[in-house]
This record gives sequence, C-alpha cells and structure tokens, in this order.
Amino acid sequence: MKYNVNDKGYYGEFGGAYIPEMLYPNVEELRQQYISIMQEPSFQKEFNALLKEYVGRPTPLYFAKRLSEKHNTKIYLKREDLCHTGAHKVNNTIGQILMAQRLGKKRIIAETGAGQHGVATATVCALMGLECIVYMGAIDIERQAPNVARMKMLGAKVVPAISGSKTLKDATNEAIRDWINNPADTHYIIGSVVGPHPYPDMVARFQSVISSEIKSQLLEKEGHENPDFIIACVGGGSNAAGAYYHYLDTPEVGIIAVEAAGKGVNSGESAATSALGKIGIIHGSKTLLMQTPDGQITEPYSISAGLDYPGVGPMHAHLFASGRGEFISVTDDDAMNAGIQLSKLEGIIPAIETSHALAIFETRKFKPSDIVVVNLSGRGDKDLNTYIDYFNL
Amino acid sequence: MNRISEKLKENKKILSIYFTAGYPSIDDTVSVLEALQESGVDMVEIGLPFSDPLADGPTIQASSTQALKNGMTTQLLFNQLKDIRKKIDIPLVLMGYFNPVLQYGVEDFCKKCQEIGIDGLILPDLPVAEYKEHYQEIFENYGLINVFLITPQTSNDRIKEIDSVSNGFIYMVSSASVTGGTHGFGKSTKDYFKRISEMKLNNPQILGFGISNADTFNSATKYAKGAIIGSAFIKMLSNEGFKGIKKFIKSIR
Ligand SMILES: Cc1ncc(COP(=O)(O)O)c(C=O)c1O
Repeated sequence: MKYNVNDKGYYGEFGGAYIPEMLYPNVEELRQQYISIMQEPSFQKEFNALLKEYVGRPTPLYFAKRLSEKHNTKIYLKREDLCHTGAHKVNNTIGQILMAQRLGKKRIIAETGAGQHGVATATVCALMGLECIVYMGAIDIERQAPNVARMKMLGAKVVPAISGSKTLKDATNEAIRDWINNPADTHYIIGSVVGPHPYPDMVARFQSVISSEIKSQLLEKEGHENPDFIIACVGGGSNAAGAYYHYLDTPEVGIIAVEAAGKGVNSGESAATSALGKIGIIHGSKTLLMQTPDGQITEPYSISAGLDYPGVGPMHAHLFASGRGEFISVTDDDAMNAGIQLSKLEGIIPAIETSHALAIFETRKFKPSDIVVVNLSGRGDKDLNTYIDYFNL
Repeated sequence: MNRISEKLKENKKILSIYFTAGYPSIDDTVSVLEALQESGVDMVEIGLPFSDPLADGPTIQASSTQALKNGMTTQLLFNQLKDIRKKIDIPLVLMGYFNPVLQYGVEDFCKKCQEIGIDGLILPDLPVAEYKEHYQEIFENYGLINVFLITPQTSNDRIKEIDSVSNGFIYMVSSASVTGGTHGFGKSTKDYFKRISEMKLNNPQILGFGISNADTFNSATKYAKGAIIGSAFIKMLSNEGFKGIKKFIKSIR
C-alpha cells in the first residue's frame, strides 16, 4: 500500500482535509463511514448490479489492431466511452448516490466543468428520485450548451457560478459553499479524486472497477494480468486513478499520466499541473496546484474542458513526486490530431480529454512486444462542436 | 502580554470589525485601521485576500477579488503594516486562507507578524489536527494567538478539544452558513448560544457571521464576550467610503 492512501488521509505528503470547521461534521461523518458502507454486502450487491444493468459494465478491453500497427506496439483500449452517459464519470456517481442514500441525505449537489460529471450526477439523481443541484461556471454554461440541456432534461437545476473566473474551480467553490449552507440533508458528489480526504480515496475506489476489469480481461486475452504500461489522461485524475488502482503497487506495470499542455507548457495557457504546479492547498486538499508565488490559484487553460483544472488529485501528486508515474503533457493541437487519428483508424471518436492520452504515441515510443492499455475515458459526442470548429468539418 | 488577551480581560463587550486589506483601494489598509480605532472599535481582523475564499459569501468574495485586482499580496500587506504599531494600539488579527501563508512560509509569516505587532491569526481552513501536529509550536514561539471556529454543528467533544488548543478566544459562527447572512437570530440559534455559554469554556467566545447592526450585535453579546462584523461593514465601505465608518460604528453601539 505504498502508493495508496494512509490512515491519516495522505498519499506521501499530499492529501489531508484542509476544510473550514463548517464542513467538518459532514466530511468527518463520511470519513468514519465510507469504508464500512462500501463493504456492506447490500451496498456491493446494489453497486455491482447497477454497474452491470444500468451502466453496461464490464466495458470491453478492445485490441486496437490498426492503431497498434501504426505505432508498432500492442495497444488495448479500455472502453469507458461505452458507459451509459458516455464516460467513466458515472462509475463514481453511482457509488456516491448509494453512499448518500445510506447516509440519509435527500439533496445532492455537484460541480461540473464540461458538464460530463454534471450529467452523470443528474442521471443518478433521476434514477433515485433525489433533488439535484449542479454548479457550473457561467462561462462553461455558455460553452457547453448541450450538456446543460441534458442536465435540465434529467431534472437537475443548473446554477451558474459567477464568482472568480467563472469556470470549474469556481463551480467547485460554489458547491462547497452550498454544502456549508446546507449541512444536514445534503451530500456533495465530487467529480474527481480531488477535495478533502476521504473524497480522493472514495472516488478512486469507485473508479477502481476499471483496473479490476482490465486485470481479468488481460488474463483472458494475454494469459497474464499485467500490461507493461497503462496510460490515462489526468484532469483531476479519476479515470486515471481507476485505471491505475490495482497496479499501483506493481512496479512492473508502468504508469503514464497525460496532462493538458494547452498551447504549450510555457505558453501561459496550459493545464499541465505537474510541470507548472507547486505544493499548496486547493479545495481542501494539499496537492500540486497552479498558483502565483503569492499563493493565489491561477486559471488553467486547455481546449478540453475536462482537463481544465488548476490542481491534480493527491494520489497523482504523489505518483509524480515519488517518480512512480511518468508524467507527459500534450498540446491542444497534438490531442486534436490524435482524436482524428483514432476516429479514422478504429472507428471510435474519443472525448478530447481522452485524445490527450492517445497523442503520446507520436513521441513516446514503446517496444513492439509491449502491451499498452489506454483508458478510453469518454466518447467524443459532447466535443463535436470543438472538433467541427477546429477542423472546419 | 498579547493585546488580545489584555483586551479580553476588560470588563466590556468586544466590537470587532473585519475588512479586506487593499479594499476599496490598494492604499486604504492603514487609513481604514485608523478610522476604526478612532471610532472606538476594540479589535480588527485584517483580511488577507485569497482567490478562492471557500467560507465567504458574495460580499467578502467580491472585496477579495477587487483587492487582488488592486495588486494586494502578502508581502505588500506586511509592507503597509510595517509601522502600524506607531499609530494603532488595539489588537490586530490577520484573517485569511492557509495557502498564501504556506507559500510565504509558515515560520517566515509568523515571524513577520511578530515584528509588525500582529496579535493573532484566523485561518479557517487550517484544521485543528494539522495545527497541533505541525504549527502550534511555531505560532506560539512568535507570540501569536490562533483562533478556531465552532458552528452549531460542532459536537461538544470537539468544542472541548478546540477549547484546549485555543489560547485567546473561540470564533463562534452564528449559523451554518458562509459569511454575509443577514437574517436575525431565531430560537435555535439562541439555544446554541446558550448551550455554548453554559459549557463554561476556558476561552471566551466571540460571535461572527450574520452580525450586521445594533440588534444582532446586542443579541449576540448577550451570550458571548463580543461580536465580529464583516460583510455589513464592507457593504457600508463600498457604498459610503471612509466617511461612513464613524457613523456605522456609532450605529452599532
Ligand atoms: C471523458 C473524460 N475524460 C477525462 C476527464 C477528466 O477527469 P478525470 O481526470 O477525473 O478523469 C473528464 C472530465 O470531465 C472526461 O469527461
């Protein structure tokens, strides 16, 4: 358990719960109960049944023959894009809605950037008949109109965050303020492996179904559970945490994290947190974050709204600082081209977040015998407008 | 002896004002402090602006955003306050979020506070456990009083723990909310005030959040040693500027 959370809620020096006292009772209640609730047989039964019947798991581990030929290595795609709602995000929201019910909560709040997590939260709230309020930056509401409409169709109330820079970090602040104002009946479904302990660990556990499936699927296809490398894009880091989870303490499996370089790591318009960040505190967690020398959190940039977060989950900060993970950043342009390439070679249109992970094959070379698993975190439907504008389709 | 502790010994109710450093204009910090002291305020919390103030409502958020736009930084605030003790003798508390302190360097920050004559710190997102394990010794070495918050949801056991690590006063948040609420105090809030006052804690309590006028100040100080006004003061400052300060304080008591 070297790379997983310790009993104080830290990954190495990263993590913890740096929260105002107003949040303490809620976060503490969750901390005391999350593991025992998750381990209840009735919870496991309901969680697994929903993942199977509602989300459509297990998702395939697909051998990408033409992509493999192109890059002269053996590439498998873990098809999280085939999950209901189009991305891995729903694994977490299913888990957390069941958690919220067992904690007796009646009202659900969430933050969203691109709207994927907002849609996944609105979906499970509709499923369970719970009130749902999603905070979304006013600027993102304009940029992501189709997802806003989906949330509304699903019965959620979408509240614009008009403070600060009016994007994901501000939506997260607003969700946290809502939780401060509604301490008794509300559960906050955070959308990635970020926030105060126990959120990073709880979300990682819900997403860990990804690597547990990869293990058994590889065993079936290759005769062994371990790939040589596992690759995922990292915004907050939830799809990556799920894909790495059961391999964290298996050093033979190389872990590769791909961040968004935006217009270039040194362009001033980037979201490559490991390259540009310093240790500090964001949304209740001590982790790497992009900030001014004075400790003010700065606004990141990426063409992909889901990677546009100024921090990174504490697990990933630790993977970076310890050297366990290899961190690579990919520009907007390289990601967009990789998205087109996958579409043409395999007939799969990826989310732009995911395209970042696919782009590393241009520069990071693998041996022909290497088995490389890419976590295909989401599908590109939500990004069609961006693809259309970028390529003049 | 620390000015906060001295002040708390006086046989009177404490009126404390929060304002954001560098707001409305970058050079206003010292002038606001002078006007507050002249008006007879007992203590001041100087807000160190932060980009992501989680525990604050719209008024304080907006003042922080403006102060940062004006160019406020931790170092600049320290420079502005360099000679403050030649002019101001009431207790001064810095209130802010932990990240800017961490980036300045916790020990350097505390040292600077001592040099200037800052008496205490309120860092709402520095949790008790972290404080005890890593920072209590540093804060105390530099003579700083650290102030923790309690809320209506805080359990009695936790209140006792907070009381035991506190060395000045406890910041009693009036209701489950971010700063800037304006509703008066209902029965359940008064029950909470009573419950805490009956706990006979070692540290006196000063009430904050939702104190906006003489009415709320009086009902708060019926149970607590004092009260803190933040958002209402900042609103007044935005509307009326310095010239409103005296009148505002007079209207409270
Ligand atoms: C398809 C997809 N992949 C990745 C991400 C990034 O989030 P995380 O790093 O938590 O997986 C998002 C976020 O919206 C997403 O929609």
